Amino acid sequence: MAHVLGPQERTLAEAGTVGQRGMITSLDPRVRIVMSVLFAVVVVSLSTLPALAAALMIALALLMLSRLPWRKTLKRMAMMDSFIIFMLVLLPFTMPGDPIFTIWGFPASWQGLWKAVEIALTANAVILTLMVLVGTMEPVTLGHALHRLRCPETLVHLLMFTIRYIDVLHEEYQRLRAAMKVRGFRPGTNWHTYRSFGYLVGMMLVRAIERSERILGAMKCRGFSGKMLLLQDFTLTRRDIVFAAGLGALCLALILVDFA
Amino acid sequence: MHIVDGALSNPVVIGGAVAAAGGVAMGLRSLDLDRIPTAGVLAASFFVASLIHVPIGPSSVHLILNGLAGLLLGWAAFPALFVGLLLQAVFFGFGGLTVLGINALNIAFPAVLAGLLFRPLIGRGSPIHGAIWGGIGGAFAIAATTVMVGISLALSGDEFLPAAKLVFFAHMPVMVIEAVLTGFAVLLARKVKPELFQTRPAT
Repeated sequence: MAHVLGPQERTLAEAGTVGQRGMITSLDPRVRIVMSVLFAVVVVSLSTLPALAAALMIALALLMLSRLPWRKTLKRMAMMDSFIIFMLVLLPFTMPGDPIFTIWGFPASWQGLWKAVEIALTANAVILTLMVLVGTMEPVTLGHALHRLRCPETLVHLLMFTIRYIDVLHEEYQRLRAAMKVRGFRPGTNWHTYRSFGYLVGMMLVRAIERSERILGAMKCRGFSGKMLLLQDFTLTRRDIVFAAGLGALCLALILVDFA
Repeated sequence: MHIVDGALSNPVVIGGAVAAAGGVAMGLRSLDLDRIPTAGVLAASFFVASLIHVPIGPSSVHLILNGLAGLLLGWAAFPALFVGLLLQAVFFGFGGLTVLGINALNIAFPAVLAGLLFRPLIGRGSPIHGAIWGGIGGAFAIAATTVMVGISLALSGDEFLPAAKLVFFAHMPVMVIEAVLTGFAVLLARKVKPELFQTRPAT
């Protein structure tokens, strides 16, 4: 997954696409989370190709509205597709049905092919919408919004800590790798590499635990009592309601197309 | 190892979500004030560890290390790994949204199991002894995860069965690498910070 974070992108926020000014970023984060969940549930329940194609169109339209760098976002989506491509290619051959053609005695079926197309459309529509609506938030805002949506407080705290320390620990990882590199370490398929990576992981974890002890000490000395004050407040505006109603209507239309 | 939206049948997705919610709740109950920072920082470390690519032949694999997470965190590994999956889906576009529950279950439940089974064995004896059990725990967690991914696919339809088998065999080398790396990580931790595995989970 390292290729996901480019050389200049050190943080989650940079990996996502925060800072872009578009239609989407000015909307209430809570609305964006709720609507992307609703959209995902609706799309997963669809079972006809026209409806699923329309769902992917909606996702692409949201991408256009968001003014995200679409090339980069689609490339990331394609990266996910490369993971599932094996399963999709296998499907026509493993699902019984009317044969299209035969390779080495294995018949490919129409039913399997359609099933594979359905999965690909669903997966891409949902993940693209999620990345456009929620992935454009500051990671910290995501935590605040989930808190306002009544997520368990401990889970939100855990999420906030994780978000906060991913950057710090990623930098530490890069420092350790740099230290290994200047000592002539070059990864390959050998015992030495695996042992070195094992020690690297072990070192990172030991340091992480010691760091967390210092963090706890620092928090306690500032009077931390287990309650985190989340200062960000959200207010629903008319634009949020219009957006929610619009996307909701589109979801309803998708269901109708699916039944027709 | 991520399952995407739309591949699984509804009962599997819903069952996975319910079970994952239970697991997350169990994990959160074990997190009191003093343990939240440790769990959060470790969750972040495991997220970063999943960015490490280890070469294997002409290709490379990225680490999962759910076994090690379970060994260190116990039940708290469940919410920690769940948070990692959530961030991966939202900011990197890996996995999916409705399948978040089943993905968390498939990765975190083996982690918790590895922690419960092997943690007591790791603290005892010499560091080498602990490292060997750590390696077994690491391999066990990956094997259990691939089996659970296979079961989720197979329950969704017979047509996925060959894909499920492929997932299992394709992950054989990953199991070996995770075992070796987990073993060495435990070896280092036992030498540098021996108290880590001696008491209850360090969450």
